[in-house]
Amino acid sequence: MRQGPSWFNVTSLVLGFAFLYLPIVLLVVYSFNESRLVTVWGGFSTRWYAGLLDNQQLLDAAWVTARVAFFSATIATVFGTLAAMVLARSGRFLGRTLFSGMVYAPLVMPEVILGLSLLLLFVAVDQARGFWTIIIAHTTFAMCYVAVVVQSRLAGFDRSLEEAAQDLGCPPFRTFFAVTLPIILPGVVAGWMLAFTLSLDDLVIASFTTGPEATTLPMKIYSQVRLGVTPEINAVCTILVGLVTVVVVFASIITRRQEAARARDMRQAEAQL
Amino acid sequence: MSETAAAPQAKPRRSVGGWLLIAIPYAWLLVFFLAPFFIVFKISLSEIAVAIPPYIPNFDPAAGWEGFTEMLGAFSFDNYVWLTEDDLYWKSYLSSVSIAAISTLITLIVGFPLAYGMARAPKEWRATLLMLVILPFWTSFLIRVYAWIGILKNEGLLNQLLLSLGLIDQPLTILNTNIAVYIGIVYSYLPFLVLPLYANLEKLDTSLLEAAADLGCPPWRSFWSITVPLALPGVLAGCFLVFIPAVGEFVIPDLLGGSETLMIGKTLWTEFFNNRDWPVSSAVAVILLLILVVPIVLFQNQQQKAAERGL
Repeated sequence: MRQGPSWFNVTSLVLGFAFLYLPIVLLVVYSFNESRLVTVWGGFSTRWYAGLLDNQQLLDAAWVTARVAFFSATIATVFGTLAAMVLARSGRFLGRTLFSGMVYAPLVMPEVILGLSLLLLFVAVDQARGFWTIIIAHTTFAMCYVAVVVQSRLAGFDRSLEEAAQDLGCPPFRTFFAVTLPIILPGVVAGWMLAFTLSLDDLVIASFTTGPEATTLPMKIYSQVRLGVTPEINAVCTILVGLVTVVVVFASIITRRQEAARARDMRQAEAQL
Repeated sequence: MSETAAAPQAKPRRSVGGWLLIAIPYAWLLVFFLAPFFIVFKISLSEIAVAIPPYIPNFDPAAGWEGFTEMLGAFSFDNYVWLTEDDLYWKSYLSSVSIAAISTLITLIVGFPLAYGMARAPKEWRATLLMLVILPFWTSFLIRVYAWIGILKNEGLLNQLLLSLGLIDQPLTILNTNIAVYIGIVYSYLPFLVLPLYANLEKLDTSLLEAAADLGCPPWRSFWSITVPLALPGVLAGCFLVFIPAVGEFVIPDLLGGSETLMIGKTLWTEFFNNRDWPVSSAVAVILLLILVVPIVLFQNQQQKAAERGL
């Protein structure tokens, strides 16, 4: 058996990643285009970025989106972590099947259905729609993603640590904060970030559940895109892509360092025994 | 989690805190995920009205039991009858399912070699390759779909490239056709398929392949009789993650598709936002949900099994 990747493996990796990245790279390149025609290169320019700062509507939408994403990601992380604890720790209880069904179903449920059903709920209880209804909607589907991410972290987890703390008389509530949470923290952080970007990104559910005074950035981008491709949108998109890339790369480096540090501590602890 | 470890926890000697832990997320999901479906169903049985909200009957709690029976009496299946009579709807359902199925197959054909290549890559590369697959998944869906408009349109980058290479004389019309929708779905959902597939392929015990090779099994045969069966759970999980949301997709057919592209997510959106017909769009949603119930239940069973195996 040959070791390492074959030429076929290398080719499929190169082609696969080219397919994944080329469209985004082109989008970024053409955001620096001097020409208003998006597909004709007219020289390097940053004028579209400067133009964004004067676009008050766009800045307002960005501010609304950032706040919605922050609140919904934070609430979703709390509820999603609770849901993951239930799935991984609570054993059997009445209605467990329904519960796990409600956690997994939103992952694949078409957004139009989620959006429509939540809107009809808000109308039925006569709730005025706007900022907070978007947050409730985003929390609901994002917490399921958080639950799945945190659950996978809880699954590969040495329970004897929790048991040891409880045997020593630590109440469950404190055990969670002193033992469980620090261990699953990378999963919780990853869950928060996922929830944040999902909310930042969502067009369909926000369109259904918003009111007249809350317009999010994706809704703004969408209404512009329908009118045609413009360099301004390329510039907005480039900023968003850049932001997400920096955060994700940064977070993954930190996680990897932490894991390496923990592995080192474990080895040292074992060596001392 | 092994059975023995789970057993003491499963015995109900649950504290107040233990019940609260279950109750909080449970209540949230019941109110904001499950209950809305019943409201959708209720409204799908109502009639459109020029009122706020734009449907009748409207349940008035003050009228008590009589109001409730009155509401039941006013329900009708007219909207569902309407869906079967107008061929726009069943054509949308059929074409959504077929577009989603074809796209899922293409995604599998594109994604399998990619996941396989990642799993066979040297260990020190794998974390980086994994991050490279996840990164586009974090960047906005809308942006990734938008990026293809500039590439696919008649005067777009793909046509410019093909024209300058002399491969075609006239620009190809790709944008606003079903082909653009396939490209959009494959591109947007590729990470969803690659991630579970990679998780499966990475765990695959290569000594099995070595044993097969030692016994004179040609590589293509060991691929079909060892790799594929062992990777099947990952393939299934990935395909569900692509197929189910793709059936109800709205953004991709709306931005990349043309007038010939019928997809039910787009039909529902138009019915709701342009025609303001809430009862009919609710009925459309109920039928879409019925179509997706079987794949969703299969997906859940599969996820649960994977969670029990500790994947």
